Amino acid sequence: MGNVLVITEHMKGEFQDISFEMLGQARKLANGGKCSALVFGSMKGRSSELGAADRVLCLGGSDDFNPEAYSSAALQVIQSESPDLVLVGSTSMGLDLAPVLGVSLDLPVISYCSSVETSGDSFEFKSQLYGGKMEVNSTAPKAVAMVLAGSYSAEAGKSGGSATAEDVTADFGSGKVKFKELIEPEAADVDITQSDILVAVGRGIGSKDDIEVVQELAENLKADLACSRPIVDAGWLPKSCQVGKSGLKVNPKVYIALGISGAPEHLEGMKSSSTIIAINTDKTAPIFDFAHYGMTEDLFDICEELEDSLS
Amino acid sequence: MKIAVLLKQVPDLAEELEVDDSGKALDTEYIKFKLDEYDEHALEEAVCLKEAGQASEITAIALDGDEVDKALFTSMAKGADKAIKIMGAEVEGSRAGASIFAEAVGTEYDLIMTGVQSVDDREGMMGPMLSSILKIPCLSVVTRVEGGDNGIVVHKEYFGGLMASFDVQVPAVLGIQAARQTPRYAPVSKVRQIQESASIEEKSLNGASETVKSEVTSMAPPTKTGGAKMLGSVDELVELLKEKGVA
Repeated sequence: MGNVLVITEHMKGEFQDISFEMLGQARKLANGGKCSALVFGSMKGRSSELGAADRVLCLGGSDDFNPEAYSSAALQVIQSESPDLVLVGSTSMGLDLAPVLGVSLDLPVISYCSSVETSGDSFEFKSQLYGGKMEVNSTAPKAVAMVLAGSYSAEAGKSGGSATAEDVTADFGSGKVKFKELIEPEAADVDITQSDILVAVGRGIGSKDDIEVVQELAENLKADLACSRPIVDAGWLPKSCQVGKSGLKVNPKVYIALGISGAPEHLEGMKSSSTIIAINTDKTAPIFDFAHYGMTEDLFDICEELEDSLS
Repeated sequence: MKIAVLLKQVPDLAEELEVDDSGKALDTEYIKFKLDEYDEHALEEAVCLKEAGQASEITAIALDGDEVDKALFTSMAKGADKAIKIMGAEVEGSRAGASIFAEAVGTEYDLIMTGVQSVDDREGMMGPMLSSILKIPCLSVVTRVEGGDNGIVVHKEYFGGLMASFDVQVPAVLGIQAARQTPRYAPVSKVRQIQESASIEEKSLNGASETVKSEVTSMAPPTKTGGAKMLGSVDELVELLKEKGVA
């Protein structure tokens, strides 16, 4: 129904999956209009991978993401292309781009989108708010939408268009922000992305001392220990244990979530697990919509009883 | 370096949330509000900068609202030097929030720190919107800030523990994901003491009027997609774990 532009993301020479996910949906939404992808740096060389795009607009510039430079350049391209809809990932990079583009272009920004569809002459958005506890539907004829990773299949973004590469030029900002270097994560004792069984603990744990209880359960089940973001922020477990958007993506055979509410950021990292068992005292916790099995019990009671049953 | 920390009260997600009669917004009558967690991290990182001798003064700023005085006094108990409450503004959404905060901070601060996002910002994130209005740089998902001679060094987190560092000229806006350490706790006695000795400056601002360009049509808890099969006892759980080859 209109022209849709996707701002792609890449890291270390590879497009991130979110780029393909958005592109597949952009192709569907364009429905006769142009489906364009904006790429940065040397990714021009891989533009043919963006198969769902009609046009791949290649901006050049550095491969290293720079909030100021990328938003400044993207803004100029969008101003000259004036698409009806701009799709940006609800990611670390997207957070630096979408709100800035929205204000500069005087377009509404719609965050946390798990769905973007057309509805008459407008677009219709479904946003996951309040940690996934509420879904808000909204419409706008033109917008910048931030799409949650995992909302669409990446495969659809790889075919259907012609992916014709075009060079575009823009100014990359005034250099107030300078990229220094990438900082790799510290090597972990356990690589939870390789684990078959994970026992993951969230905010429901309440205190650092109680981590031991869950640790013991994990050992008894021959599982590795994982957690959600608040546990890492509190300094109770290392970053290498964190599952979710800013942490790791895991797909164990069994994922046991203890005291994890299931905010979209966490689900992004674990929803492909074969079997998800959630234990949470809050019966309205979003995790129960994604889990295969659930129990509304106190996690400590469960840990204790399991221990007794297993020994 | 003068720092402004922008704070916001958000619904406590531990509470049961309900939709109001309009079917488009949260029923806020009975819910409890608390300081946005990312904002707490923003304040903590600011206080750490001051303790390291890299910041001279911290001002906590919030819009008037439920329990805002308590949040501001608590911020002072944790290390903010001043507190400002913005009065008289009808603010809904991050875009309108960014406009009014832009008016409130002006060019007075070298660094504006706030939480990277909040659970209710449907209209984008306030920090980067504010930076766009002020025409200064913004970095989001920040986990560390260090003061330097000609600006600051900032760590931004991507995914899987991967980060990048940036040199940033001030003034700048930072959306904080996590402080370098767990946000400190202010004992009630200390908050009370501050309440008696310090005061909150009240600033009346109108804010720019914003044209609504996206319209909320409905709000509802997510449709249950079948969801989890609920287990009635630990015995059932043990059975299941055995079946899946775990126990």
